[in-house]
Amino acid sequence: MTTKFETHEHDVLIIGAGGAGLCAAIEALAQGASVGVVCKSLLGKAHTVMAEGGIAAAMANVDRADDWRTHFRDTMRGGKFLNNWRMAQLHAQEAPDRIRDLEQWGALFDRTSDGQILQRAFGGHTYKRLCHVGDRTGLEMIRTLQDRGVALGIDVYMECAVTRLLKDGDRVAGAFGYWREQGRFVVFKAKSVVLATGGIGKIYKITSNSWEYTADGMALAYEAGAELKDMEFVQFHPTGMVWPPGVQGILVTEAVRGEGGILRNKNGERFMEKYDPKRMELSTRDVVARAIYTEVREGRGSEHGGAFLDISQKPAEYVKKKLPSMYHQFLELADVDITKGPMEVGPTCHYVMGGVRVDPETAESTVSGLYAAGEVAAGLHGANRLGGNSLSDLLVFGRRAGMAAAQAAKKVRQATIDQTQVDKAEREMLAPFQNGNGESPYAIHRDLQETMQKLVGIFRVEADLQQALQELEKLQERARRMHVDGSRMFNPGWHLSYDLQSMLTISEAVTRSALARRESRGAHSRIDYPSLDATWGKQNNVVSSQKGTMMLRQEPVPAMPEELQKLLADEAEAVAGKGK
Amino acid sequence: MADAILEVFRGDRQGGKTEQYRVPVAPGMVVLDAIHYIQGHLAPDLAVRWNCKAAKCGSCSAEVNGRPRLMCKTRMDALPLDQPIKVFPMKSFPILKDLVTDVSWNYKINKKIPPFTPRPGTDWKVYQDDVDRVQEFRKCIECFLCQDVCHVLRDHDKFEQFAGPRFFVRVAGLEMHPVDGKSRAKLLRDELGIGFCNITKCCTEVCPEEIHITDNAIIPLKERVVDQFYDPVLMLVRKIRGVNEDSK
Ligand SMILES: Cc1cc2nc3c(=O)[nH]c(=O)nc-3n(C[C@H](O)[C@H](O)[C@H](O)COP(=O)(O)OP(=O)(O)OC[C@H]3O[C@@H](n4cnc5c(N)ncnc54)[C@H](O)[C@@H]3O)c2cc1C
Ligand code: SF4
Ligand code: SF4
Ligand code: FES
Repeated sequence: MTTKFETHEHDVLIIGAGGAGLCAAIEALAQGASVGVVCKSLLGKAHTVMAEGGIAAAMANVDRADDWRTHFRDTMRGGKFLNNWRMAQLHAQEAPDRIRDLEQWGALFDRTSDGQILQRAFGGHTYKRLCHVGDRTGLEMIRTLQDRGVALGIDVYMECAVTRLLKDGDRVAGAFGYWREQGRFVVFKAKSVVLATGGIGKIYKITSNSWEYTADGMALAYEAGAELKDMEFVQFHPTGMVWPPGVQGILVTEAVRGEGGILRNKNGERFMEKYDPKRMELSTRDVVARAIYTEVREGRGSEHGGAFLDISQKPAEYVKKKLPSMYHQFLELADVDITKGPMEVGPTCHYVMGGVRVDPETAESTVSGLYAAGEVAAGLHGANRLGGNSLSDLLVFGRRAGMAAAQAAKKVRQATIDQTQVDKAEREMLAPFQNGNGESPYAIHRDLQETMQKLVGIFRVEADLQQALQELEKLQERARRMHVDGSRMFNPGWHLSYDLQSMLTISEAVTRSALARRESRGAHSRIDYPSLDATWGKQNNVVSSQKGTMMLRQEPVPAMPEELQKLLADEAEAVAGKGK
Repeated sequence: MADAILEVFRGDRQGGKTEQYRVPVAPGMVVLDAIHYIQGHLAPDLAVRWNCKAAKCGSCSAEVNGRPRLMCKTRMDALPLDQPIKVFPMKSFPILKDLVTDVSWNYKINKKIPPFTPRPGTDWKVYQDDVDRVQEFRKCIECFLCQDVCHVLRDHDKFEQFAGPRFFVRVAGLEMHPVDGKSRAKLLRDELGIGFCNITKCCTEVCPEEIHITDNAIIPLKERVVDQFYDPVLMLVRKIRGVNEDSK
């Protein structure tokens, strides 16, 4: 390949420097690979930094009866049995060791009175299971991994965005991107590529997610020919801030409920008694989100369209110690002292269970040499993720992806990349500057968010979803003609013009999958098909690109070995749904 | 609600000027919301860093009406809206574009600090009492506002000799980690230049995480250096206060 652009070569290229990407990098280095990590933001600012409540791992430090089997069962139950059982098993088995890794790399979790890592209760977990540091667990995790990575000497390309994967025949061979600062283009050649790019929340208007969550990784994989799975499953966290408007969507950690927070409607009723009398506030997120939504819709919501979440019955000092960021967040942004009165909360788009379809052992996608781990990958969480199971997912499958990518890199030679792919990637990126008087990407993005929020939100119905597809088509057309001004130097409008393409593609995948699944399961609620359906309980939706057209097909959920089936015997049947 | 005028620095390494933008104010709005409004409606190429919009990632540092702050934590209704709100990039770091500065120097300094090194044979039994003070340092979100305000960097340009408060916080977190077995006292004196700090506490004042940078990190570290070497400023402080501050 002629090198018109700055070019870097690595055995393993990792796209993303959140928990998953850093774990992959640390492990790939340990395997002796040369590793490059690319990320859109500065090192240490990835989404993982925002995680609050904790990391789920059956350490049994607080509840001695806990073990991987119970964690496995809770995860499968929470995911309404659409999870890949093998991923759920590996995750439950390996998470405790990964927590110990973090501790040995310097992480300081909150402690039990006998000097072990303290664990707290969370929705859907049978036992106290979440290892945590107050309500800033993600910061502790990312700083620990960042320090470890820096000490080992990983090469990090900060504020650099990948816009295309490059291929050599059927195998992935590198990536094309640009430096945010100067707008210069850059080519990475690699024997294996790991996607660790996180989620898609920015396709919705109300979200807890940052600007980075523009679905890049899934779009990159899709365009490179990989399959996406379970895209209809988008998690709406029950408790985001609802007032004032500027803070709408910002997360209120589930740890508030884990520490004893109580939900009430405007009449003072503890409404979870109606929706899940057994688990109450600590029911799974899908159930609590729908409960709040329903209370509001039926006229029992708070002044600004939410519910009241109250932790003020606990001693003020305890609240400040265990939930310090929540205390400050409400005091400074909403003028509410949570030690004295309730918070106003409502659902916010938070996480995507779907993503790149991967092999459970190696995290390899359906494109050879391309791996995916963390929120960008699908399988572990099925139809609904339990709180705390994402951070542990990053640790377990980030490491597995790094290991497999490094081992595979030993067996292949650095591929050649033909210049036409690179030229095409460059042309695509420059097009918005050349388009005449098209719209600004910001305007199209606002309309996309409105569309998804309104038509593909918590409750879905055939007519809305059909309409959403039509709207998306129009938005795609507008995006083809969009225009950006200014230079290529740190130009957020230009950056968004690329991100928007990813969001449009993935919004379509979400909508098509949601339209196909004619039942309600986990995070996917259809008003027109309100119950579980036995046939749908046995299949996952899979999306892929066939000659530029989005294709959807169903695939059977992999069958579980007998010993695992026994663990679930009592309830698997009930949750699978008795067909109609 | 009324409109506000934002006066935002626009420019790059070659220089620049301020531009005024009129922004509608909504209840509870923060400065970062106003910047986003400008991007979305008036100047799509206005460069700014941000991620979480919840004061958790430390990306959106800038100088608002002359004060180093996180834009996502600065409420519009706490500012005098009858005058233009001035938003400038951090002054101590080289400008890249508009509100974005080159903070790469911090990442270079960070690499000089030897990592966490557990004592051999440790049993990992660690109690909350031993963890509390270190957890304070680990709250740091690397916003670099303390670096921006510290006069040793801001006015005296000691980027070669001085690591700045952020990295004293990091070293304190390692030195006081109950399981770490390494001494970084020589590094603090020789390479991180802790002696340049004359305890003005400006860093502590701007820290959005309310870390007691000077009292809890820097002074105890200076003590450690003094225990091994001699530090004139600390000697003076000890004399003035007439106390022998231990590394609490
Ligand atoms: C507010 C909040 C609180 C949460 N709390 C918890 C919790 O308590 N427990 C829990 O288990 N989970 C929690 N989650 C979920 C969890 O934090 C995330 O799912 C997880 O951190 C995702 O990690 P990741 O490594 O997959 O991606 P991220 O940490 O998001 O990292 C993605 C990386 O990819 C990079 N990237 C993306 N696109 C590109 C591109 N095109 N080119 C180059 N780089 C790119 C980004 O720059 C970034 O470095 C929370 C989420 C939120 C939003
Ligand atoms: S106390 Fe020391 S580190 Fe902090 S601002 Fe003053 S001189 Fe700088
Ligand atoms: S110590 Fe405080 S001010 Fe300094 S970088 Fe950390 S959080 Fe920011
Ligand atoms: S955007 Fe994260 S601290 Fe302001």
